[in-house]
Amino acid sequence: MKKEKSIPGPVQKAGTIPTRMGSWSTAKPVLKGKCTFCLFCWVFCPEGAIVQDEANRKVTFNFEDCKGCGICVRECPTKAIEMVEQQGDK
Amino acid sequence: MKLKDIAKEEFYRASYGCAGCAAVLMVRLTIKALGKNSVYVVPANCISTVSCYYPQAPFFVPFTVMAFAATAAALSGISAGFRRRGREDIHVVGLSGDGGTADIGIQALSGAIDCGNKFIYICYDNEAYMNTGIQRSGLTPYGAATSTTPSPCFENRPKKDMMRIVAAHDIPYAATACTSYPLDYMEKVVKASQVNGPTYIHILAPCPTGWGFPPDETIEIGRMAVESGMWHLTEFENGEFRTTYTPKRQRPVSEYLATQTRFRHLSPEQIAAIQKEIDAARD
Repeated sequence: MKKEKSIPGPVQKAGTIPTRMGSWSTAKPVLKGKCTFCLFCWVFCPEGAIVQDEANRKVTFNFEDCKGCGICVRECPTKAIEMVEQQGDK
Repeated sequence: MKLKDIAKEEFYRASYGCAGCAAVLMVRLTIKALGKNSVYVVPANCISTVSCYYPQAPFFVPFTVMAFAATAAALSGISAGFRRRGREDIHVVGLSGDGGTADIGIQALSGAIDCGNKFIYICYDNEAYMNTGIQRSGLTPYGAATSTTPSPCFENRPKKDMMRIVAAHDIPYAATACTSYPLDYMEKVVKASQVNGPTYIHILAPCPTGWGFPPDETIEIGRMAVESGMWHLTEFENGEFRTTYTPKRQRPVSEYLATQTRFRHLSPEQIAAIQKEIDAARD
């Protein structure tokens, strides 16, 4: 098979994310109530900013990616997540 | 499919999409459903706009940006190339917007379905050209105000029925979905990937910026659209339409219209006319 030509110029691999969007948010979600591990927040999060721990099934938020849209707060069936306003820069 | 069966790995992250964007959620769910063994073709739409800021590359899988009218043609070609190389296990997926499907890309889509190569064409429908500034498209519903059809002389044409158009091509599999029903959508994507031929999925993706609602209501608005009858979850297979989800309670359409600023100007008579049309379609 013929050797494939390389692309001239700078090349970025798929999945290069130097900029994180966490700075966009004005409020951040905080888990306060009782979590039932239903994962509705995880599946509806557009950014994939909600991470479930493999060991203890606990849900944590990745604030590097969270844009603060509040979908997780709205969709939580037990209303366990609350939005907390952020003051100034993080 | 159950929630715990979905892949935990993220293949699409840190895009420049608006907060609460359903199109970004749609891409995330699509790549989760198909896995890493897939390539994506994206024409000019919101997804290419929010993904292609050099050197940012939010897709963790191969993807290419295509000319507006050529999405389906590119899909057909890539699919034929993979078949020639003996790599039929790779899923070729197009992520097109509503304008790129119903207005600009419709001839390429028609031609590609006719060719019969294996690909999945996903049209995410946010009911206007959102990334260029909310201009009307062929899929804008009756009554919506956009920047080219502002409120006193609003959109007076009905929404194009893309499902009937693709069904008329005798397509092996076509489906409609909504981002508010992720499992239903992912099941349809997996089903489409198993069909040996062209497939089409039309997914409603509410847009907080263009429709005029707070970003946290994205999922709720999509659910309301299905419950009020403005949107149906259907499948087209073996020449027959089938409803995959019937809402447990039916809401009046006025509730759905009241949540969005683009329908704010409608008079009670016009809302009654929309409701009448939905009731007629339901029966």
